[in-house]
Formats: sequence, C-alpha cells, structure tokens
Amino acid sequence: SMAPVVSTKSKKTLSKTGVKNIVLVDGVRTPFLQSGTTYADLMPHDLARTALQGLLNRTGIPKDAVDYIIYGTVIQEVKTSNVAREAALGAGFSDRIPAHTVTMACISSNQAMTTAVGMIAAGQCDAVVAGGVEFMSDVPIRHSRKMRKTMLSLNKAKTLGARLALLGSIRPAHLAPELPAVAEFSTEETMGHSADRLAAAFGVSRREQDEYALRSHSLAKRAQDEGLLSDVVGFKVPGKDIVSKDNGIRPSSMEQMAKLKPAFVKPHGTVTAANSSYLTDGASAVLIMSEEKALALGYKPKAYLRDFVYVSQDPKDQLLLGPSYATPKVLERSGLKLADIDVFEFHEAFAGQILSNLKAMDSDWFAKTYMGRTSKVGSPPLDKFNLWGGSLSLGHPFGATGCRLVTTVAHRLKKEGGQYGLVAACAAGGQGHAMVIEAYPQ
Amino acid sequence: MVTRAVAALSRFTIRARCILFAGPSSRHISVASSIMARSHVNCEIKGDVAVIRISDPNSKVNTLSLQMQKEMTEVMDEVWGNSAIKCVVMISSKPGCFIAGADINMIQACKSTEEVTRLSQEGQKIFEKIEKSPKPIVAAINGSCLGGGLEFAIACQYRVATKSKTTVLGTPEVMLGLLPGAGGTQRLPKMIGLPNAFDMMLTGRNIRADKAKKMGLVHQLVDTLGPGLKSPEERTIEYLEEVAIDCARGIVNKKLALTKEMNMMQKIQDHVMSYSFVQNRIYSTVEKKVLKQTKGLYPAPMKIIECVKAGMEQGPDAGYLAESQNFGKLAMTPESKALVGLYHGQVACKKNRFGVPEKEVKTLAILGAGLIGAGIAQVTVEKSINTILKDITEEALNQGQHQVYKGLNDKTKKKSITSFERDSILSNLTGQLDYSGFEKADMVIEAVFEDLAIKHKVLKEVEAVIPPNCVFASNTAALAIKDIAAASKRPEKVVGMHYFSPVDKMQLLEIITTDKTSKDTTASAVALGLKQGKVVIVVGDGPGFYTTRCLAPMLAEAVRVLQEGVDPKKLDSLTTGFGFPVGAATLADKLGIDVAAHMAENLGKAFGSRFGGGNLELLKTMVAKGFKGRKSGKGFYVYQSGLKDINPELKEIVESYNMMPTPAVSSDSDVQYRLISRFVNEAVLCLQEGILTNPVEGDIGAVFGLGFPPFLGGPFRFVDNFGADKLVEKMKTFEEVFGNQFTPCQLLLDHAKDPSRKFHRLIH
Repeated sequence: SMAPVVSTKSKKTLSKTGVKNIVLVDGVRTPFLQSGTTYADLMPHDLARTALQGLLNRTGIPKDAVDYIIYGTVIQEVKTSNVAREAALGAGFSDRIPAHTVTMACISSNQAMTTAVGMIAAGQCDAVVAGGVEFMSDVPIRHSRKMRKTMLSLNKAKTLGARLALLGSIRPAHLAPELPAVAEFSTEETMGHSADRLAAAFGVSRREQDEYALRSHSLAKRAQDEGLLSDVVGFKVPGKDIVSKDNGIRPSSMEQMAKLKPAFVKPHGTVTAANSSYLTDGASAVLIMSEEKALALGYKPKAYLRDFVYVSQDPKDQLLLGPSYATPKVLERSGLKLADIDVFEFHEAFAGQILSNLKAMDSDWFAKTYMGRTSKVGSPPLDKFNLWGGSLSLGHPFGATGCRLVTTVAHRLKKEGGQYGLVAACAAGGQGHAMVIEAYPQ
Repeated sequence: MVTRAVAALSRFTIRARCILFAGPSSRHISVASSIMARSHVNCEIKGDVAVIRISDPNSKVNTLSLQMQKEMTEVMDEVWGNSAIKCVVMISSKPGCFIAGADINMIQACKSTEEVTRLSQEGQKIFEKIEKSPKPIVAAINGSCLGGGLEFAIACQYRVATKSKTTVLGTPEVMLGLLPGAGGTQRLPKMIGLPNAFDMMLTGRNIRADKAKKMGLVHQLVDTLGPGLKSPEERTIEYLEEVAIDCARGIVNKKLALTKEMNMMQKIQDHVMSYSFVQNRIYSTVEKKVLKQTKGLYPAPMKIIECVKAGMEQGPDAGYLAESQNFGKLAMTPESKALVGLYHGQVACKKNRFGVPEKEVKTLAILGAGLIGAGIAQVTVEKSINTILKDITEEALNQGQHQVYKGLNDKTKKKSITSFERDSILSNLTGQLDYSGFEKADMVIEAVFEDLAIKHKVLKEVEAVIPPNCVFASNTAALAIKDIAAASKRPEKVVGMHYFSPVDKMQLLEIITTDKTSKDTTASAVALGLKQGKVVIVVGDGPGFYTTRCLAPMLAEAVRVLQEGVDPKKLDSLTTGFGFPVGAATLADKLGIDVAAHMAENLGKAFGSRFGGGNLELLKTMVAKGFKGRKSGKGFYVYQSGLKDINPELKEIVESYNMMPTPAVSSDSDVQYRLISRFVNEAVLCLQEGILTNPVEGDIGAVFGLGFPPFLGGPFRFVDNFGADKLVEKMKTFEEVFGNQFTPCQLLLDHAKDPSRKFHRLIH
C-alpha cells in the first residue's frame, strides 16, 4: 500500500518509533432497537453474546485466539454483573479467556477499547475483544431500602413469631419501588434537564436543535438505505423474526417536531423527545490487535487506534461538555490540527448538547475562561461530521455506543478516502473522551 | 464554657441580610442600551415589549429610593402612553438582587409619623397603578426580592423567578420593628392565604424560589445556567429576561393564564377560609401566639395583624389606610429604632476593621472535640477549609465527629444541602489523636478544659509542631489571654476566640486581643470568624472580657433574688418579661451551675465585692449535691423526659441562705431593674476601661451573645433611650440598700449629668 503522494496533513502518520501499532481488525454491532421492542424479553448478555458471535463470524478468528475480553455497560443486570464473562461463555469463546466488565457511563465501551489498547501496548496481550452492551427494556427496579432491610432481617429471623412480627412491620411506604434514574447522583439533576440548561447557556434555540435532530435522522436513513451501516449484524431473536435494521431512525418534519412539548424544563425548555437520544437496547464488539499479530493471522486491519484522552469537569453546569475539553487535548497529543481530521464521529446525546459543544469549541472566550487554553480549537465542519447519522437517530445503548463510533470512523475513512478520524463523547459524571483513528494504508 | 448555655439566649436573631438598607458601596455603571438615559431605571423596547431594567448606580443592591421611584413613575407613564407597547418585563440588571427593599435611610430621614405615613401612601399609590396596569407586567426576579421589592413584585401581574440560591423573597420589615407598608399587608393574604401571609410577615423569614412557587408567590421558575458564551451570571439574567418576555407575550395572547388552576384541595381550603369565623379563629390564634412570643414587647407584629384584619373585614380602603398609618407609627417607635440600630451594628460587625491578613487560613486545627470544638469544626468545614479536629481520646473524638456529621445531616434533612454536598463538606474534616499535619496549619484554635495549666501544656505542645506564622487562638470564656500567652514563645501570635454554643447556631464571636497580639494576628482571627459566618466583636483582654463580665453580675443578682424567696419560675418570668429570650434560672441551668459558680468565684476574685450580691455558697452547695444544671438532670429545675419542674430539693438549700427582701426595692419592676442595671453598668464600665472599643460592638455582643432584649437594642442603646439619669437614679436607690454593686460607673454618671451625651448618633 502507498501513502498519498501529496499530503496537506500536519503529519504523514501517527506511527511512533518504539510504540506498538495497535489496530482495529473489525467491528460489529447488533441492530440498535428502541427499548421495549423486539429485544424486550432478552437479557443483556444475550445482546452481548450476539455481538460477539457476529464478530467471530465476521472475522473468522479462532475461538481460542483471543487473549482477553472486556465489555462496557452502564445499568447492570445484577445476575450478570460481569456481563463480559457471561456473554463470552455463551458466545462459545474458550472458557480459558478471562473477561471483565467496565463502567464509565456513556463512554463505557470506549473505556473497554482503551483498556484493550493499554493491555496490548504493555505487552500483556496481543488480541483483545472489546465491546459494550446496554439493555433498557428491563432494568433492575428495587424494593425500597426499608423493604430490603425487612426482607434481609426475615432471612435471619429464627422463629415463626419473629417472622410474623417482621412481616407485620411492613407498611405501604415499604412497597414503593426504587427506579433507576438517568440522573446525576451528585447533583440529582436528570441529564435531559442539564442538557436543556446547557442549550440555554449557549443560546441554542429550539429550532436549531430540531434542525440538527432532523439532519441526524435524515443522514442515518440515507446511510441505512445505501447499506453503509455494514457494522450491523442480523439477530435471530428467539421466538421472533430476524432483526437486521436499527428501528429508531424516523426522519420527521420540522412542523411535526415543533409540536412536541419540552420534556424536562417546563414550560419554556427546548429539549424534547424528538431532539434527544432515546432509550435503546443494543450491543457492539470490536477486535483489537497489535499490528504484528493481525498481520501474522492474515488480517487486513481497518484502522490504527492512536492517541486517546479522558477528561472530566463540573458535573452540574458542564456535564455534557466532554467533547469540547477532549478534542483539543487529543489533537495536541497527536500533533494534529482540527483541519487534519477528515472524519468526525461525535456521540449525540442531545441535539442541544452537540450544538453547545460546537459553539464552545468555536469560542475563544470559553477556551480561555474555562479550559485554560490560549485560543479556541475551532468547530468541526458539518460536512465531515456524523455523516451516517448519530446517537440521536441510530440509537444510544449507553454502554455500546463507543465501539459504534470507532467502527464508523474506520468505515467512513475507507469510504471517503480520509486519513484521520476523531471520536469524541460526553458521559454522565461530567466526563468525556476523545480518540484519534488513522486509516490503515490501502 | 460559659458560652455553652448562653446559646439558648439568643434565639432572637436578625436574619435579614440586606433588607431595607442601602449601604454605601461600590459603584456599578449600568449599561445604557436604552432609548432614554436615566441613572436608575432604563427601558428598552423590544417590539411590543418594554423591558424595564433597574440598577442603582450607587449601590450593590437596588432599593426603592426616591430617585428610583421617580424614574420608575416616569418610565411607566411613557410605557402606558405608548400604544406600540403591549406588555412589560420588570427586571434588575444587578446580579443577586432584584430589589432589596425600601431605602431605610429615606425612612430614617423622616421626622414625624405623618411624614412616614405619606411615604407609605406614595408607595401604595405607585403599586396600585402597577396592579391596575392595562398592560401586563411580568416581574423577572433574580436575587433578593425583599420588603418593598417584594411588594413591588406582587403588585405586578406575573412573577418569574430564578432558582438561584440568592433568589429569596420575603417581608423582613418585622425584624426592624416595621410592617410591609406599600400594600404588602393587603396583597399577600389574598395571594397566598392568611396562614402563609402571616407566617411570612410575622417571622420575616426568607422564602426560597421553589417554596415561593409552591406557595403561589411566583408563577414560574427559571433554572440558573452554567458557563456558555458569557458568564453564568450574565447569561442567567438574559435567559430570565427571554423567558419573562415570552410570558408577557403569552399573557397578551391569552396563551398564559394569570390565575392558576386550583386543585380540589385548594378549592376546599379557599372556601373554608372565606368564612369569617374561620378567619377570626386564625386571627385569635395568631394574636395569642404573637403575644406569647413577644410578651407584648414588640409592637410591629400586632400592627401587622391589625392591618390584615382591617383589609379583610372593612375592605381595601380601610386596609391601606391602616397600613400606612401603622407604618408611620411603627417607624417612630423606640423598638424600631433599636432594631434598625442593631441591623446597622450587625452590618458593621461583618467587616474586618483590621484589614486583610497576610495569610488566609487554609488549614485550621482545633484542639478538643467537645461541643465547642466540634461546633467550630462544623462552621469551618462548611466553608471548604481543611480542618483537623484533635482530641486525646477516641471516645471524645468520635463524639465530636458525630456532632459535625449530625449538624450537616440535619441540614440535609431540611433540604438546605444535598447528601452529596454533606459528604463533600465532610471530606474537609480530619479527626485525629496526634499532632500530624499541624506543620501545615495556618491557625490552631484550642477548645480544651478551662484550666490554665492544661492550656499551657497544649500551647507548648502545639508550638513545637506548628509553622512560625501559625496563629494560636484560645477559646476561653474567662481565662485572661495574656496569662495563656505567658507560656508562648511568640505572644504576638496568640489571640482569644470566644465562641458561643451551639456554635453553628450562635452568631457571635468575641475576639480578645492582648497588648502583644499583632494586628495581623487579629486580622486573621476576624477574617476566619467572618468566613465562618459570625458577627465579630473585638475586645480587650481582662477577666471575663466583655460578654462573661456583663453576665456575671446579673447572675449574682439573680442568686440574691432567689435567696430573697423568689422561686426560679418567677425569676424566669421576670427576666423573659423584660425581653430576654431565656429566663435567668433556666440560663444558669443551661450554663451549668458548676460553671456559673466557677465563673462567679474567678470574677469575684478579680473584681471584688462589686461582683457580689448573691451568696456563692448557694451555688457551691448545689454543685456539691450534684445539681449541676441541665446536664446533670437537676439544677434549679428537674429535667425529666423533656419536662422541667422546680427542683423540690432546692427549697431547703435556698432557705439555708435565706435573705430578707427589702420591700422598697423588691417589686417585680425593681427586681427587673436590679438585674438589668448591673448588666448595663458593667457594659458601660467595659467601654470606660477600654475593654470595648465602641458602643456598637457592646450592643451587638450583648444581643447576639447574651440575648440582651433585642427591642432595647443593647445596653448602650438602652441607656440612650431610657435615659442615663433615670438609670442612675434607680441604681442609687438600689445602692442605698445593697452597696457598691449598684454604684454607677463614671461614664454612666457623665451621661446622666449631660443629657445631650449619647452613645449612639441620634436617629430623630
């Protein structure tokens, strides 16, 4: 393969002497479905298992050639808290492959991938499967703390009298269940509410948000229709039909979208169901290797995974600004400029969040006042940005989105003939992540 | 130690922060984007909406000064006259303040009841026009909306408020001995119902935005914003304005209803409240409660009830008239003047007259995890200062740490902080048994036993481990600081910090400096106290400093009164009847009889027979019998399962120290003046001797530390109002019977001789 003859890039390649090249061999995902639809009766590890099997099929890697498996997830099913292990066993991987599960909100599978990169770079492993899964059709709803305490005491009660006394102590208040909320523990604010405040802070209008959401759905629809979403593997759901497509893509009209009432800040808020990502079921998986190993096994890698950063900031007022902080930092690490990036894939939690980040990145004042930088990094041009749709339209299974972003960058680089791609995402807790990906020479 | 009990004394606190007072402060120049150049009020016309922005260029806060009222009237006339304008948004361009109230100087400048009444009537007229405005007016509230500011807001057709912590709504007038005099007593009951309106107007408490929404005081809430393309504060105000403009247009287009849909419960409640016998029942309940709490010593609350009643029963004309007339009357009462004086004093004691210390306290170490030590720890960690709490036993340390946790957790229960904030605040606290980390301390406060030898021991231990610039502060109620400092290698770094228990509730901090204490050390102690939210007085070193020294003679007199056959309940009712929040006997029990005896003995030695009166042996006998007060379950009273009754065994002890009362000086009133005059004389003597720098700190210390009746304004304001000559006359009568305990000090005599001499600048 040959490098382009004339390069306008700051760097010809991000390869560094003495640093192992780490590659993405391939990546797959289950179709992302709105929660409560076809996957409703499954369990999280079923989705993860399907993604793993899809990866096995796609890459044809022997079931014992993998050194390690890592999965990211956010809302844990208590029965399968190490979902990586349960899914790996179920997918038919050798039971000799250790597996662990990581969690870092919406960047959990990013964390799974970078953990894999770290293990390979450290010489611990040569081939690692990383992935993510989220299953919002069934979440752990708990008894109230009072009830749990009573029930636990019940286990220890020795006499019938003691048991009856405990049962008699149950009051209606005990029966109120505890639902998991998409809310910050530290601030008790739901993410949607924070997104609405963020949009207001950056002066992002309702119309801008609806327009952006419409763009996301339209681009996703086109990508789906044109068969560009090749990372999707079909899933034969037991007792149901084969699922082969994401089902949340729904390009609407501005008029229809304008009719919706604000979902979080009432009555004057701007974030609605139509310009937010929705609760999604889905799983993803990628195969990561050292370049040497990949070549030795006869693979043609899709991309190099290069520099990455994690950032964190105030979980109250800057909850969703992770990409603004992470982007300049990762570019600096790799010695690239924003203009060097051919493909941008940003996680779309809310249209208002994306537009706020774009404005923050385009503001010298914000860069100086809050990021301690001398100037702005600049706003990614929209003609390179999330061209195959994003979390708003494709869906956002919290723990699985990161792998989708990375695989999409690799596919788009190939399709569009670009060299460098950038993934960025925000996450609950006021955290963020960005990674630079380099196309594997053709 | 003395401090422990005095605590309960000062339950009456002046909560208002920036109530009615326009203080001299920095100049803000308002950005004039208006079509009309005015200094306080500007108006921008955005299509069919007039946005009226308020900002007093001469102050940090907006007040309804004469200038503000004049410009507002002009602007409103223009708005009403301009047919292109359909609706109005009223907003402040000052961060953290909508309108903090009427200008108190404007009221103080009035010389007669009639003049103040006229002020009130003018205010009523302006707000009536606002209320009847044919173009809807939306008040957009961010920051304090108090007193006249609230009355302005509730005259508008619609209210939108930010959820900012600085956004508070309230009618604090009662705390200054006044009433809401610009329609507040008439509009509030109709808007939020009688019970809520009385609660607001009679307590003067601040209502947070979320509560205000629930009460129906505001219609809509707006979130505060974080960083964007402008500063959070600036953008939040802009956002508030945008939302308010939408509301104003919504009202014009009839998309937004002015009256809230009521649920069934509210409808029933409203219906029930409409019966006059229900209303009468409320009036009488509230009146009873007020009388019980104020003992009839504070005129404002009863006048508030009177105004509300007049409006509800005889209609608005009678109501507004009663309001303006009573406002005029109240403004001229000595009670109001005393309370206003305390407010000014409190503002003065929130400033550091010793300047900015060279080094800010970032790490504080506290020795002794008892009530006081843990209390100091709590108010310190709350301000994000690293705090080391050290004791010598694990048990004591555990108890202290639990006290801090409990103090914060109670706030969580009251929802003033979240459980996360509680944990994050607690992370500033380190509990330990050794001196590790003291090498990083900027200040050490010791709160160990009141024993000079122990204090010397810890001083030496601490000085061996702290850095050279570290301040050593001693929390003591009675030991002279110079005696403690005698063991120090660096006496210029030693200072006294006398906290009052419970530290998280009591506002006063008495700082004691010796001749050797450096100015920077004092500045550092004051700065920390202010950061902890305290009202700070700085006094000279001497036995009992200022507060303990004033309290001791009064308690000695109380003992004599008991010896004369007055029982503790009667003694308590005499003291509370005079305006103290806690009676003298109950106070002694809370303080600890042993502590009181110890204090009386020490100060008796220092000051001689002037501190005599009651027989110290009476207290000692009680201590010997285990009657150490509240903490031991028995003192003057017996405390059992939350009840208190006179200690039946007390009678026998008192009888053995029986004294024959002299009828000429033993009427109820005589007893009250015997108690108060010894307190006041000692306070004046402290000023005469230079223990106090000024009368203001004397008044603040007595009211906030010892519960001196707030409506009297403190011992110095009391002398000014009561008349030094009259007080001296009374004391001389007592002196003839009891001797030198009632000999007026020279400064008091000087004031008695020359009626023009006053401790405070005269307020008309």
